[in-house]
Amino acid sequence: MFRSINRLNLLGLRRSLATSAEQRLKSFHIYRWNPDTPEIEPKMQTYEIDLNACGPMVLDALLKIKNEQDATLTFRRSCREGICGSCAMNIGGTNTLACLCKIDQDNAKDLKIYPLPHMFVVRDLVPDLTHFYKQYKSIQPYLQRETNPPDGRENLQTIEDRAKLDGLYECILCACCSTSCPSYWWNQQEYLGPAVLMQAYRWLIDSRDEATNLRKQMLQNSMSLYRCHTIMNCARTCPKGLNPGKAIAEIKKQLAFD
Amino acid sequence: MKLSGLQKQVIHLYRSCMRQVKHKPIDTQHHWRKFIHAEFVKYKAIPKKQFSAIEHLLRSGDRRLEMFSNPQIKDIS
Repeated sequence: MFRSINRLNLLGLRRSLATSAEQRLKSFHIYRWNPDTPEIEPKMQTYEIDLNACGPMVLDALLKIKNEQDATLTFRRSCREGICGSCAMNIGGTNTLACLCKIDQDNAKDLKIYPLPHMFVVRDLVPDLTHFYKQYKSIQPYLQRETNPPDGRENLQTIEDRAKLDGLYECILCACCSTSCPSYWWNQQEYLGPAVLMQAYRWLIDSRDEATNLRKQMLQNSMSLYRCHTIMNCARTCPKGLNPGKAIAEIKKQLAFD
Repeated sequence: MKLSGLQKQVIHLYRSCMRQVKHKPIDTQHHWRKFIHAEFVKYKAIPKKQFSAIEHLLRSGDRRLEMFSNPQIKDIS
């Protein structure tokens, strides 16, 4: 144990040496657009950041830019640990959370940051998620029951039934998966998108929920569910490592026997 | 003069805003009319070829119309 502490000290020492070294400037190209002057086209703005004086994550870099270089840069952020889903954006061509995405330490490579693709932009890196939330509301994401629990307190569930919700309830609705789905890009108005469908499935298989048939009926049309062509961009991009594609396949399996 | 689709959309938005005013209390209606007019005049100078800007304004206009249509919102300064 003492040895490991010693090693930690050594690492600490090494780190302090590295931070005192010369600057390692990396360029960040960031999408800028201001709604107050809608006649000015969106543009990419470049910021130089010293990686030695910056935290490891992309969100740290964004905050550093906002604090030190350009206070007008706009983005959503809240928890900085990947549980709120506010800082979803397109970083280096992949939809992910800025707080969970490490900065590539190779400072010869530039990093491009865009808002989530195919969403209307409110400003800079802030997408308009109104429609996404409306779709989420449309699947009625809450427990629906006719009867009250016998003891008047809790709706109990077996351990096995609870285990079915693992890999579904963790979704933070960051919209990374939905906005990476080409099917969702082209049919945003009708197709619900992977994130919302995964939540639909989460309520379908919940043993405590009694509106299963109603929920199935809502999905039983050509657009809401069947626009999923198992492209699987959703599973690849999900910053929480979930698999919306599988959940959608399970819904299809259930609906196929109706 | 024949109007383009975009121009028709703008007029449609303006008219539906004005129609919505009738659902507001009578003594605040002139506030609403003044407000709507001012919001449209603000962007009067945008050239008609700037489609993306106008489309954005239409979208945000639709969104605000939906928000202000809430009967609980009674007055605007």
